[in-house]
Amino acid sequence: MILLDRVTKTYGRNEPALERVSLHVEPKEFVIIVGQSGAGKSTLFKLLTREEKPTSGKIIVGGMDYDKLRDKDIPLLRRKIGVVFQDFKLLPARNVYENVAFALEIAGLPTTEIKHTVPKVLDVVGLKGKEKNYPRELSGGERQRVAIARAIVRQPKILIADEPTGNLDLKHAWDVIKVLEKINQFGTTVLLTTHNQEIVNYLKRRVVTIKDGKIISDRAVGKYKL
Amino acid sequence: MRLKKSAQPQANVKMKSDHKFITLERIFKNGFVNFGRNIWLAIAAIAMMGITLTILLFAVVANATFSHTIADITSHIDVSVYLKDDVSEEQRANLIGNLKGIENVQAVAYISKEQALKNYRAQNINNKELQAAISETDNPLPASLVVSPKDPNKLETIKEYLDKPEITALQSDPTSYSGDRKAAIDKIAKATDFFRQAGIVGIIIFIVISMLIIFNTIRMTIFNRRDELVIMRLLGATPGYIRGPFIVETMLYGVVAAAISLAICGALFAVASSTLQASALGLLDIKYSGEYFKNNLWLILTTQMLAGIIIGAASSAFAARRYLKLK
Repeated sequence: MILLDRVTKTYGRNEPALERVSLHVEPKEFVIIVGQSGAGKSTLFKLLTREEKPTSGKIIVGGMDYDKLRDKDIPLLRRKIGVVFQDFKLLPARNVYENVAFALEIAGLPTTEIKHTVPKVLDVVGLKGKEKNYPRELSGGERQRVAIARAIVRQPKILIADEPTGNLDLKHAWDVIKVLEKINQFGTTVLLTTHNQEIVNYLKRRVVTIKDGKIISDRAVGKYKL
Repeated sequence: MRLKKSAQPQANVKMKSDHKFITLERIFKNGFVNFGRNIWLAIAAIAMMGITLTILLFAVVANATFSHTIADITSHIDVSVYLKDDVSEEQRANLIGNLKGIENVQAVAYISKEQALKNYRAQNINNKELQAAISETDNPLPASLVVSPKDPNKLETIKEYLDKPEITALQSDPTSYSGDRKAAIDKIAKATDFFRQAGIVGIIIFIVISMLIIFNTIRMTIFNRRDELVIMRLLGATPGYIRGPFIVETMLYGVVAAAISLAICGALFAVASSTLQASALGLLDIKYSGEYFKNNLWLILTTQMLAGIIIGAASSAFAARRYLKLK
């Protein structure tokens, strides 16, 4: 599903942010990427969403070879990958329903289909009844669940969540993690970065640890260690 | 299986065209929504575009009015050939025939001595002494031929013919070419040309200024909404889907500016033609301007809107290209 082959990314003349990183993620896997800030997690995500191009190495996601990707294919690629950010990136002027519908509008889905799909997804993330609320009226955990709903509403095969619990207290973080687990059970490949030790140890999933731009460990059922 | 294969592409094509239509619809809808949201930011741009379109409109109307005035005056230019009293009917018929044979001659009218006297009396109806003086003497006025040229600027061929010795022998007085008028017309034509050129320069300057202001407005809007634009980009919106609403928004500036400009001009012309008498401004026949405006309202409206839409779309497309990095 995701394949990175000796990927290196260097910004300017600095030390490489990622150095010869190779990673293979199977379909329906749940992979946690652990690393301190500056380790290269964000760079990895930017490479996957094609916000950045690798300096060298090969990236193939969902059968798409990034080397062969043309500029006009990038929007299509991004529609196939669900993304969740630490700072939610919700549109403040739109309510919960509109924020989720937004992703489908961009993809050009008919309004009737949007009306049909959005409530179902909001139900999955446990936000039924909050459709009319604006992001400022929600708690951090709720906001992140809106963002997750937006990411999965297009039923992507892959969901990548960059520190989705980073801005949340523990209780809300758990809500978010449980939603991610649920989505994974539905068959979506999930890539999650976090530096929350409790979450990592609780999940008992594959853990990839990055340090200084290199993968230093990759365990099938990993524990947090740095 | 085979059936399915052939059916599949067709369904795909339909989906694609539907998809395009929905996207276009959403681009327009978002453009309208953004227009509403940014109305205060847009006011400067709309005002500037309104001024530009108003100047454009005035230039068009003024041009039409000048042309009308010139046409009006030149249609009154003619050549008068005064005949001696002893010119026979045959000689006269010959002369008329020859004059009509000249290329630039539109028509030749004969005014008899009696008719000339009648006209003269009618022209001086209030001058009692002159009336009395004329009735006491024999008719002193010569018969004449009034030659109307097709092109008043090319009287040479007519003049050449009339200046032949055998023709001058038939004339009682030198030929009259409405000469003073010709000079006046030339001056008007020159002034018109000048105004036309000045108008074009003015229009270009104002178009550039309004484009710069729109450009800046769009730049500010992009700056204000950069978070939203980043999100759109990350969620996989195409560049066209992101830029489109900005272009729709500025096209709306053009439509609103055209409507405002037309309303202002309409009111001005209505007031002007009811308070100022025709030709009160000499060259500018305000009444004609008002009529021209009224008669060509739809054409003017369409031109204004089109001009506004083009100015708006061009400047925002440029601004969006410049400031929306869509990678």
